[in-house]
Amino acid sequence: MSQVMLRTTALAKSFTLHLQGGVRIPVLSAIGLDLHSGECIVLSGPSGVGKSTLMRSLYGNYRAESGHILIRHRGEMVDLATADPRTILAVRHETLGYVSQFLRVVPRVPAVDVVAEVPTGRGASQDEARRIATDLLLRLNIPRRLHGLPPATFSGGEQQRVNLARGFIGNHPVLLLDEPTASLDAENRAVVISMINEAKARGTAIIAICHDAEVRDAIADRLFALTPLQDAA
Amino acid sequence: MTDETLLSARKLSLSYGMLPALVDVDVDLWPGEMLAVVGESGSGKTTLLNVLSGRLAPDAGAVWYRDPDGHLHDVHAMPAPALRTLHRSDWGFVHQDPRQNLRMNVTAGGNVGERLMAQGARHYGSIREQAIDWLTQVEIDAGRIDDMPRTFSGGMLQRLQIARTLVTHPRLVFMDEPTGSLDVSVQARLLDLIRSLVTRLNIAVVLVTHDIGVARLLAHRIIVMQRGRVVETGLTDQVLDDPQHPYTQLLVSSVLHA
Repeated sequence: MSQVMLRTTALAKSFTLHLQGGVRIPVLSAIGLDLHSGECIVLSGPSGVGKSTLMRSLYGNYRAESGHILIRHRGEMVDLATADPRTILAVRHETLGYVSQFLRVVPRVPAVDVVAEVPTGRGASQDEARRIATDLLLRLNIPRRLHGLPPATFSGGEQQRVNLARGFIGNHPVLLLDEPTASLDAENRAVVISMINEAKARGTAIIAICHDAEVRDAIADRLFALTPLQDAA
Repeated sequence: MTDETLLSARKLSLSYGMLPALVDVDVDLWPGEMLAVVGESGSGKTTLLNVLSGRLAPDAGAVWYRDPDGHLHDVHAMPAPALRTLHRSDWGFVHQDPRQNLRMNVTAGGNVGERLMAQGARHYGSIREQAIDWLTQVEIDAGRIDDMPRTFSGGMLQRLQIARTLVTHPRLVFMDEPTGSLDVSVQARLLDLIRSLVTRLNIAVVLVTHDIGVARLLAHRIIVMQRGRVVETGLTDQVLDDPQHPYTQLLVSSVLHA
């Protein structure tokens, strides 16, 4: 039986917009989710239902309002809903990876170093980190001539592949993927599907948002459906 | 991950006449951590930096610094010579205007070497060698080592100030709007430079900035100040992407996206 890597209980999230007269928008309520090692759950539900909000809450990018987000970090379950910032950073460093929809990096840094930053941050030598990063970029069909350029100048699909390389290079035991193939062509979609399935085979636990039915069928072990909440009275 | 803070402040308060500049401010900083202090002009962030670094005494509250041997020092109770020694060795200060820190009538190499000499370095060849190394690290051509800072551009002066500050390998650096007076194109380069040097040398930084984009790129944690109070604090991306306090929401929503 595979281990639970991530578990949410009674997770809720709403936004209070103080600049709009304090209007409160509830988005998530009573989310209970178990994710095991080697498993891939794809979040489903209509646009605007809160899939990205759930992802961002799981990453600690949004603050959970109530409930728990337990993640297996260094063999122990840590509650990200109440963890202090330094603990969340340590969990992200070792355990929890995230591929966002958009790449956000320091403007001047070359693509290869954007990717290599993860292994160098863990103590790998610059040469070793660049070698792994180069291999991963090449696998994602980013030609070598682009590796030394900052990704700000790249096309949307190229930026997304740099983002994917950055997300996969760390081999985090838990990986969150927000639309990993949204702006990719068929060839690159196939590369990403095989990277996801290889990660699963290694035991990586994955939660993904993915509108492409072909990709979803290729990676998902099960779907987790989100349903719209009623607007606040 | 160590649990012992490098710098801690509790209940800092300071008023300028009737104007409260700091009200009950707590700060913790751990080794190697980048902490950004953001807020609009007049929110008290530069006052906080000056109080944390011992340059300005608070009306109430205390700042504690843990030295490399693990001993705690009450920064505002230290004798002035001990505090000066700290500023010359373990600590560094990067000003918005590099002219406040640099000696404009001393060569670039002299500006870098001077801090080493203040620490007791005496061997001229070794000092010059380290000055060249640091000029290169901040991307100033080693051929400019004997030039006067007044012949440098604003961006070069800022990089020279950073070389002068980091040459002694401080554990803690205070930065006051380090990219504030620079062109946007020069800013990105300097941000990248600060980020890589600070990470590589494992330096803790308290960074005051009104630019939340700068805070996002550099800081692990963030403190949001308004009228002398800390209104919100936490993980940088969480505070900026999911701000809870009305003032933080205003600050974040007021940013222009290029």
